[in-house]
Amino acid sequence: MDKNRLAAGSFRLLLHVVLIVGVFALFLWANGKDPIQAVRDTVRINLLQWRGLWGVMVRMAPLLLTALAAAFPFRAGLINVGGEGQFFLGALLGTWAALNVPGLPQWITVPIVLLAGAVGGGLWGWIPGLLRARGWVNETISTLLLNYLAPLIVGYFVFGPWRAPELAIYPQTPEFPDVARLPALGTTRLHVGFFIGLLFLFAYWFFIHKTRWGLEMRSVGGNPEASRRLGVPVSRWVVLAMVLGGAMAGLAGIAEVAAVHYRLKLAISPGYGFMGFLVNWLAGSNPVGIVLMSFVVALIASGGFTLQITQRIPYAAVNVLLALILFVVLAKPASGILAKSLARRWKA
Amino acid sequence: MDKSPVLRAEGITKRFPGVVANNRVNFDVHAGEIHALLGENGAGKSTLVKILYGFYQPDSGTISLDGRPTPIRSPREARGHGIGLVFQGFTLIPALTVAENVALFLSKLDWYISPKKLAAQIQEASRRYGLELEPKTPVWQLSVGQQQRVELLKLLLTRARVLIFDEPSKVLAPHEVDTLFGIFRDLRNDGYSLVFITHKLREALTCADRITVLRQGQVAGSLNAQDASEEKLVELMFGEPLKEVATRERGSKFGKPILELVDICTRAVGTTPALRQVSLTVHEGEIVGVAGVSGNGQRELGDVILGLIKPTTGKKIFLSQEATAWPPARMIGQGVAFVPEDPLAMAVVPWFSVLENVALLSPKRFSLYGGLGMAWDKARAVARAGFERLGLNPLPERARAASLSGGNLQRLVLVRELSRDYKLVVGLYPTRGLDVRSANAVRQAFLQARAAGKGVLLISEDLSELFALSDRIVVMLRGQIVGEVRPDQTSLTEVGRMMVGVGHG
Ligand SMILES: Nc1ncnc2c1ncn2[C@@H]1O[C@H](COP(=O)(O)OP(=O)(O)OP(=O)(O)O)[C@@H](O)[C@H]1O
Ligand SMILES: [Mg+2]
Repeated sequence: MDKNRLAAGSFRLLLHVVLIVGVFALFLWANGKDPIQAVRDTVRINLLQWRGLWGVMVRMAPLLLTALAAAFPFRAGLINVGGEGQFFLGALLGTWAALNVPGLPQWITVPIVLLAGAVGGGLWGWIPGLLRARGWVNETISTLLLNYLAPLIVGYFVFGPWRAPELAIYPQTPEFPDVARLPALGTTRLHVGFFIGLLFLFAYWFFIHKTRWGLEMRSVGGNPEASRRLGVPVSRWVVLAMVLGGAMAGLAGIAEVAAVHYRLKLAISPGYGFMGFLVNWLAGSNPVGIVLMSFVVALIASGGFTLQITQRIPYAAVNVLLALILFVVLAKPASGILAKSLARRWKA
Repeated sequence: MDKSPVLRAEGITKRFPGVVANNRVNFDVHAGEIHALLGENGAGKSTLVKILYGFYQPDSGTISLDGRPTPIRSPREARGHGIGLVFQGFTLIPALTVAENVALFLSKLDWYISPKKLAAQIQEASRRYGLELEPKTPVWQLSVGQQQRVELLKLLLTRARVLIFDEPSKVLAPHEVDTLFGIFRDLRNDGYSLVFITHKLREALTCADRITVLRQGQVAGSLNAQDASEEKLVELMFGEPLKEVATRERGSKFGKPILELVDICTRAVGTTPALRQVSLTVHEGEIVGVAGVSGNGQRELGDVILGLIKPTTGKKIFLSQEATAWPPARMIGQGVAFVPEDPLAMAVVPWFSVLENVALLSPKRFSLYGGLGMAWDKARAVARAGFERLGLNPLPERARAASLSGGNLQRLVLVRELSRDYKLVVGLYPTRGLDVRSANAVRQAFLQARAAGKGVLLISEDLSELFALSDRIVVMLRGQIVGEVRPDQTSLTEVGRMMVGVGHG
């Protein structure tokens, strides 16, 4: 049984990779592109050059945090697909703080801005958390819907009250003051947000596995019925897990704005919230897995931008690839059965 | 028994991390035989039948059918060979009818029978073996016993020849057990082979033709039922005779009331019955038994006490305080220990370790630095002390709850709940699934709690248990208390009749 399972597991993984790579290659080829050249370009530019590698890591920064946005709720048995919306709300509230703090030094301004971002995202997680805890709306549905609302709210502010006066044709806010920007490492583009991501990843691990609260949260996720009977405050943990998750995505949002764009606009995310969900799913909410999978997804995303230039493949192709991965991952049971029968035939 | 066996397993060995669940087990079943499988909790009974059913693959050993070695690689193959297993948890869809459930099962096996023919077959089988099932009845309307018979029906219609049951009597009321064993005998007389697991020695002795006892993964003995006796079986199961259970001293004085329920009514949810005008008092030093066929409001009664269900009318008083609106956390905090009916679903987190599940006793109590860490040593000590107090072997603390045997899981829950600093213990079927020795240990613990001035509310279907322990027995039927008796002033039959609503009250 165990040996069988291992065999089936490896077959499944192999099957996934073959499936994904195969279908994507087919997709490129059907569009008149050279799939092998595409892979070569991605590796050469994004992995073998320092500049490219830093770029991949800059993309990892938000992914680490948006993966946590899915991971915290997941441990409490909740599916948070609202990372994207929480990302935007975090960016919004953080921007408000950045544009309104009176001339304080950077070491105090940055934490305030980040905190505001976390609060914004947390708020966007609190709403579905509350709805779920009350038993009104399933959190998967409500977070999905809130994803559509968040950019509209950001749009309202960047088109309206916060629009920068100097370049009024663009819907964007004025630039952040220097004290509100996240510092980068030396001359690279790798900013503090990346390390904040790692820090929170560690904090997540510690919280989940070492603390009493982690134990309670996992018990809510593991068996809500038993938890209720044991007097674990189930509703409170449902709300809290969503708030924590939302705060992580919000932090990702404001860090991205304060370190990469320096101003709020609508184009701050190529779908980091969704990618984070995918990362967490692939990693099974395991912190080390999240680091690895963030790297892979960040590489794919960076590759997408490279290919846009070198091969004129539209960036949307990356979304196709990511969607494919998600599809294959979600279709686990089906592919599992296929893998099992293959493994059996192999042995027979 | 001179014919060769229908099914023979030889030298079956199955290891799980840290345990040898089956160790070179030989087991066989003949046509027209009822074979009982006995053994203490964790002895490997469920593992063995799951291997026969292709659910687990043995590490070594062979299975032969009609004398031919036949590997059984999946439950599907097992059913193809005419072997069927009824698990403890049923696999029926409540919203569908009996016929639809059966059809669903057959279609999974690529069988097709026209609905008309199927209905006819169901009626035929039902009549022949007295299953009392109608094809058109929705399953949610059926009693537990009837649901079990639907599972049996499913196997019969796929032409299974070897029918295996894992603790079929565990969830049945006494009269349902009699019916089931009657059906077993009829099937045997028609040439079927039956295997059932049980912890009740009497069931094995009265119903089975042959009895095999497992002990720590090995066959301790296999004997014909005529040659067996309770003492012999106990000796084979544990290697030593049972200790005497101290009996309850009668007529002791009760103290103040601990729990008072006054005219409690609840709303009916789905198919569960509502409580109607339930009044009940448990005093210090008193064991109050609640008899009844399960599904007559026992779970609701427990949940009202625990605070999980808020009564629509009526009052709950706990330790002289109005506690009607208290949530579970507060009830537990004030001194309620609670053993729910279904441990895997209601009492543990399946993929938590034994130790983590013990810590759920009170995460706060086991936390360090205000919650930043967990004092696992403390939890470990509590677990160890708990097992010792009940006289049970401790469970491996890293094992996941989901991997424990049914009885070991029940032990875990009992040990945890009885480790509380409680004033009242509410136990729903607390000895279900336990082997004789552990069941006695738990009964002993309840008597000790009583002697220490605590209150015990014992909800059970096992009348002899209720009679042995209770100072007072109330009988529940359809959400109402239909009678109250003293064990020394009534008989088992009398209470049994009240449970099903015949005569009295
Ligand atoms: N899936 C599993 N993974 C790990 N260990 C297991 C698994 N299934 C069973 N075991 C272990 O194997 C041993 C035998 O378990 P089994 O369920 O066969 O016992 P049992 O005789 O049915 O006991 P009970 O009377 O309590 O039901 C136990 O120690 C149990 O913890
Ligand atoms: Mg068992």
